[in-house]
Amino acid sequence: MNKKTSLESVTEKWDIVIGLEVHAQLKTRTKIFCGCKTDYGSEPNTNVCPVCLGHPGVLPVLNENAVRMAVMAGIALHCSIETQCVFSRKQYFYPDLPKGYQISQFDLPICSHGWLEISLDEETRKIPIARAHLEEDAGKNLHDDFRGVSQVDFNRTGIPLLEIVSGPDLTSPEEAMEYLKELRNTLRYIGVCDGNLEQGSFRCDANVSLKPKDAKELGTRVEIKNLNSFRNVGRALTYEIRRQARVLEQGGAVSMHTALFDADQGTTSPMRSKEDSSDYRYFPDPDLLPVILEEEYIENLRQSLPETPEIVRARFANEYQLRPYDLSVLTDDRELAIFYESAVKNGADPTITSNWIQSELLGRLSNDKLEISKSPVSAESLAKLVKHLHSGKISGKMAKEIFANMWTSGVDPDDEVERMGGVVDDDSEILSLCKLIIERHPDEAQQFREGKHKVLGFLMGKVMQESRGKANPKKASTLLREELSK
Amino acid sequence: MTHELSELLFAPIEAAQDALFARACTSEALTEQTLKHIQESEEFVHAFLKLDREGALKAARESDLRRDQGKPLSPLDGIPISIKDLIVTRGIETTAASKMLQGYIPPYDATVVSKLREAGAIILGKTNLDEFAMGSSTEHSAFGATHNPHDLNRVPGGSSGGSAAAVAAGQCFASLGTDTGGSIRQPAAFCGVTGLKPTYGRVSRFGAIAFASSLDQIGPIARTARGVAETLQIIAGHDERDSTSSPSPTPDYLSQMSGDAKGLRIGMVQEAFAADGLDEEISKSVRNSALKLKEAGAEIVDVSIPSLPLSIATYYLTCTAEASSNLARYDGVRYGPPRNIESRSDELEEMYRRRRSEGFGAEVKRRIILGTYALSAGYYDAYYLKAQKVRTVIKSDFSAAFEKCDALLLPTSPVEPFILGEKLSDPLQMYLADIYTIACNLAGLPGLSMPAGLSSKALPIGTQLIAPAMEEGRLLRLADAHEKYSDTSWSQPTALRQRLSKTGGSK
Repeated sequence: MNKKTSLESVTEKWDIVIGLEVHAQLKTRTKIFCGCKTDYGSEPNTNVCPVCLGHPGVLPVLNENAVRMAVMAGIALHCSIETQCVFSRKQYFYPDLPKGYQISQFDLPICSHGWLEISLDEETRKIPIARAHLEEDAGKNLHDDFRGVSQVDFNRTGIPLLEIVSGPDLTSPEEAMEYLKELRNTLRYIGVCDGNLEQGSFRCDANVSLKPKDAKELGTRVEIKNLNSFRNVGRALTYEIRRQARVLEQGGAVSMHTALFDADQGTTSPMRSKEDSSDYRYFPDPDLLPVILEEEYIENLRQSLPETPEIVRARFANEYQLRPYDLSVLTDDRELAIFYESAVKNGADPTITSNWIQSELLGRLSNDKLEISKSPVSAESLAKLVKHLHSGKISGKMAKEIFANMWTSGVDPDDEVERMGGVVDDDSEILSLCKLIIERHPDEAQQFREGKHKVLGFLMGKVMQESRGKANPKKASTLLREELSK
Repeated sequence: MTHELSELLFAPIEAAQDALFARACTSEALTEQTLKHIQESEEFVHAFLKLDREGALKAARESDLRRDQGKPLSPLDGIPISIKDLIVTRGIETTAASKMLQGYIPPYDATVVSKLREAGAIILGKTNLDEFAMGSSTEHSAFGATHNPHDLNRVPGGSSGGSAAAVAAGQCFASLGTDTGGSIRQPAAFCGVTGLKPTYGRVSRFGAIAFASSLDQIGPIARTARGVAETLQIIAGHDERDSTSSPSPTPDYLSQMSGDAKGLRIGMVQEAFAADGLDEEISKSVRNSALKLKEAGAEIVDVSIPSLPLSIATYYLTCTAEASSNLARYDGVRYGPPRNIESRSDELEEMYRRRRSEGFGAEVKRRIILGTYALSAGYYDAYYLKAQKVRTVIKSDFSAAFEKCDALLLPTSPVEPFILGEKLSDPLQMYLADIYTIACNLAGLPGLSMPAGLSSKALPIGTQLIAPAMEEGRLLRLADAHEKYSDTSWSQPTALRQRLSKTGGSK
């Protein structure tokens, strides 16, 4: 089902306005304001110290790596980098927030005014990014039954987050999902975030509202939380958009509130009224000095920044003439893009390699639940195989067989080609084969001559079988027809 | 020996240091005697919230061993001191004089405490204060008030009242206090001892339970300038665990104490002496201090700090706002007296409300409410932000004054130590008494209070000196010179001693 069509009834009357807030955990080794480890999955309350636990008398000390990664992300997202940014306290009471305030940024975020380019249906759009700021993560509340009491794990408290806020410029659930994919990829490419949604290192809240078509003023927005997959972002937005449209159609008004998405039901429901909760009483944190960044520091990071997916795609398009679809598949994962390029640099034809990866490699990786970095077939090996295929030395069918062996037994493709012999390309050889098959299957040969051309497939199959798959199929087909027509 | 030893407790630090060095007594004996004296005098003074007898004696014995080997760690090695219970000490309950932190045993030492331990100082225990450092009399402690050793019916000042009283009462040779708006200087003045608030950033705040982060400083209280200098020498210095800590190197303070004030200009702050509520005797004594400094070689000039009257409002907006934030972590769940987990399901907010209402005293609640209001939506610009702007004005007034002089001189407190309970009914009145001490916290400058003599009621009066940033050495030099040109460096706590001799203690 085409999702876009499903909201057509809405978009006839209303403009959909979506803004996304992403909290990305930065891959620093230690927390943002103390030296505790940031490892995921440790025993509860083991990666903690008086500082991140908010004990009386403690003070925060900024982790330079968090700043460095934030600047890198800002550069990748085409942001202006603030040369003098400030940390502010965002104050509210909650069990997972030990100090009763979160150290965040308010007035002067470290990055602002950037954009992210996304592609949907062959169209590209630049989605504005209003700001990206540094803050500390809170702990995790565990509501599993501990004698009816909730417990808090503070391991996560103090892990550095980069909060990336888009403008209210996304116009559909599909665009939202595409934005998230691209953002996640970008952060993974430059090495500042794992982008692991299940583990919570990349979290998304969505804000959505409707306004009458071409109206200037935005409508009342609803914030949706608890979105733990891109698919659920799409589902939640679709549901909420329809819900708001229904309310507005009936002459009602949308109330500003925060909603939770129920993944089982596919529905959103109000959590709390957003109006009540928003006085955070921000003020600059007096325990931290303003962060002053030298131009040289920023420039160095700009120069040494790893290529973003956007840049890699542009380069691949230019150097390897790949189509947009192929570009997006190959650059979806940085390791895959590296793998691809490595194969090509080892002499493999760009187009064949691209096709091969998509049709053969990715499927096997998925089945065996392997990351590309753990692929049993290296880029160099694949290049060898592709070269043989490209030269016509082996047929596609043979290549598949060899590849299967490479995958399961780690054989070298050159050896395999050597062992199997190449394609049977010699016309006289193929002709002998055709004659042999025609002799063996006189009935089918006769049927062909009488006009039942479909039977050619059966005969071709026998020719290929007899040649153990090595006959050049094109030539075999031509010669067989000729021979049958005699 | 015991008689001499008990007198030693009331002598300046140099005497104790000499005695230890000369092997006239051991640190263990000195510490024992101190603990005995504390035991006898505490029913009158109540300066201490907690004593670490075992720890102190153990440290004293180790100090004696070092001295036997000729390897003392510092001038404070073997000297009994105390720490305000706002500063965390590993393994020793630290309460901030609040029910909210009753039973809290810190898992770490404040940086200043580590430094003192490494210097071999003997930490006797934790002294009383106004709850969370909010107050000027130590009457707001959740665990009972402290009494002024010079007149047991009167307050010792606050918030570091326990520290100042302990030093004045001969219960220790030095103490660490904290000063946010005068909380070291004012009690030092009330108790007739010397107290120093360092330049903001001079001493690490790591481990000082935060009241107002942009104003708080830890500082020493002792009977003489020398005692203060030696303590400051140990605790000052950059700390990478405190981002607001200054990287400026620590000078040698003792070497600056030349015994005179030659070449220094002292600025008399006109607005201070002209103020309405200033007690006449205090004014006279403080002017007299200026004369002593003149005798010591200083030149006396008049200076003006026009924005001085603005400091109260600026201070109370800043400190309450920051305090409301710093005290948010005391949710009553992780700290506080033990209680059962509620068996019925409790609304989160209701639980916080109840626990915090129970755990905090009235003055703390007042300030949290004021501070929350000052930061709330729509008011931030008009109050907190405005106050920060006024701070820069106050700072520039000080800078202008320091072009004409090297140190400012003014009273520490406009009133003499008042009777316990006298000022509790009007919190605002109590706030107004901070008028002389607050400005220097707002400007981040170092300030010191030294004993200027006794009033006609035999109550201590303090003179305050303020210097430019990082000029603690100059303050100590002036305080030391002032001592040398005074009859006595500090006054004996006669009231307490008389009381003790009646009960047969501390002979």
